[in-house]
Amino acid sequence: MRLTLFVTCLVDTLFPAAGRATVELLERLGHDVDFPIEQTCCGQMHSNAGYEAGSLRLIRRFAETFEDAETIVTPSGSCAAMVRERYPRIAEMTGDARLASRLRALTPRVHELSELLIDVLDVEDVGASFPHRVTYHHSCHARRALGVQHQPLLLLRAVRGLQLAEIASAETCCGFGGTFAVKNPEASTAMLTDKLRNVLNTGAEMCVASDVSCLMHIGGGLARMRAGVRTLHLAEVLASTGEAR
Amino acid sequence: MSFREAARDALADSQMRANVRRATRTIGMRRAAAVAEVPDWEELRHAGASIKEATLRHLDVHLQRFESALQQAGGVVHWALDAQQACEIVLDIVRAERATEVIKVKSLTTDEIQLNEALSRAGVSAIETDLAEMIVQLAGDRQSHILVPAIHRNRAEIADLFRQRLGIEDVDDDPRSLTAAAREHLRERLLSVPVAISGANFAIAETGTVCIVESEGNGRMCTTLPRTLITVMGIEKLLPRWQDLGVMLQLLPRSATGERMSPYTSLWTGVTPGDGPQSFHVVLLDAGRTDALADPVGRQSLRCIRCSACLNVCPVYERTGGQAYESIYPGPIGAILAPQLSRLERNGDLPDASTLCGACYEVCPVRIDIPEVLVHLRGRRVRERRVGAGERLAMRALAATFARRESYEAAQRAAQIGRGPLRHAFWPGPLAAWRQSRDLPEVPAQSFRDWWRQR
Repeated sequence: MRLTLFVTCLVDTLFPAAGRATVELLERLGHDVDFPIEQTCCGQMHSNAGYEAGSLRLIRRFAETFEDAETIVTPSGSCAAMVRERYPRIAEMTGDARLASRLRALTPRVHELSELLIDVLDVEDVGASFPHRVTYHHSCHARRALGVQHQPLLLLRAVRGLQLAEIASAETCCGFGGTFAVKNPEASTAMLTDKLRNVLNTGAEMCVASDVSCLMHIGGGLARMRAGVRTLHLAEVLASTGEAR
Repeated sequence: MSFREAARDALADSQMRANVRRATRTIGMRRAAAVAEVPDWEELRHAGASIKEATLRHLDVHLQRFESALQQAGGVVHWALDAQQACEIVLDIVRAERATEVIKVKSLTTDEIQLNEALSRAGVSAIETDLAEMIVQLAGDRQSHILVPAIHRNRAEIADLFRQRLGIEDVDDDPRSLTAAAREHLRERLLSVPVAISGANFAIAETGTVCIVESEGNGRMCTTLPRTLITVMGIEKLLPRWQDLGVMLQLLPRSATGERMSPYTSLWTGVTPGDGPQSFHVVLLDAGRTDALADPVGRQSLRCIRCSACLNVCPVYERTGGQAYESIYPGPIGAILAPQLSRLERNGDLPDASTLCGACYEVCPVRIDIPEVLVHLRGRRVRERRVGAGERLAMRALAATFARRESYEAAQRAAQIGRGPLRHAFWPGPLAAWRQSRDLPEVPAQSFRDWWRQR
């Protein structure tokens, strides 16, 4: 299948390994991956912070860049939710009916990576091997806005050698929340501390998630604690074939 | 004080945090169990939302029907544009009764209009009869939860309070002992005070009926024993038909306390000669509600039935407790309701007190999309220039950067050499806030797109 990658600004700039792993994984499964170089950011940060005009510019840009794509995949539950669940409504609320109808045609073709693998491509065993004990963090937007919950777990359970450790309070937010982390850093830290405690209690070597924003938060906390537990994007686990990494 | 400052103090209070965590988790689990036994819960939520939505759409009509039905049943209806008017109306009635004491139940709306303070200035003491409200009042404390105003206190603290303030020596932290002490304190007043003031959970337009649900029975005594009863309610509490209670009385108790039915559901319609209060007044309160109604996104907040399910699942509320919100309506619903009721003049920073995780929306019995309203209110603050110029400028610059590939890639390269917009030069305040407890990620030397170009 021809798949168009929306890599997201955060992966592109700060976590490119997750993007490379997404490409490697999809190509290994026999798909053609395309990357429109004009893409930048989905506008979620602007939208969530209340900057509608800025976000609308980026929404229009996304529509132009991905208009012709048949199937769009993104290694982020949060950005997928922004595009698929919120773009049309945002356009409607600004009264731009033409943009809204364009978006309604485009956005159902956007899938978060694990969702694409399980629900569209119908593959659970991607041929990965990863002999480590890991725990999985569900991002709030993937779980609640997209309804992505079982997909990453199915994929991880099929990985050879991988031991999946269940985490307590899996449904609770890590405290990132975009600007929340810097506008209310104390409350954010209190939430993060509880999340880190739960991560560490699993005895996992790594915390895996489908959103680098949560991983940046959890990983930033783990690094500050010198916890010796690192974070990894789901794509990196699924791309791994057990060779040196 | 800002939410951030108040939260910082609250987060340091380990006893409060333990009390709130324990209580919200207990109620949250009870709610989940009570909801799980209803096979058509999702349909009920949809029904609740559409009943409320339809009512709000024609609120003017329903309010007038309520007024005439209640007048026919012997009640008196008063209209209050704001808190001050509402307090004056209540004071006039209390003065006419020559009362120096009033008993109160379901006090949330009267707390919103600061009625107790107004009464006290006029020499009238208000006695809260809801156990948790009574605890807050005795302690000179502030409420921290919509349904359980003293949720930040544990039983041992309450027993201490009763010993000190009520002079009851033989009270311990057993719930029975605490209840007995409260009963001893309240019963005499319930039997002797001539005027009661209540809130309302629902009001039925076609019959002029008022409904409250409660757990202790003190509310029923308040609404039946005194000579005069005054109900203060927001105009959004209305339901068009009697049969709408069939939906709401399933949604509310399960969402609020995790019960199939509340121990006491009281309904009364006007005045019945020789039985119950012989004089009944309803004060219909606007106080910012019609402003919220005029906002196409914000108006869904008025569906709220004050169950507080959203508080009990909110990860922010669980950690900061309710007092940090500095509003009688705390938690996720407070973060959208409080700023709207004051036209963003007060509690303007509450919409930022959320990660938009969506746990609140998931449990809301009337499907208020709280994250959507939070984002909308953040937008209103930006449009009304209620956020700092620095942030506005930075966000505009960032949008301009993202809007063109060339500038986006230039910013990436600047970040890679360690001096660019994504690192130190950019927004030092937020970066310092991040680094309070989190390391910053290293910026890799090669972006994804550069890897893609070179492969």
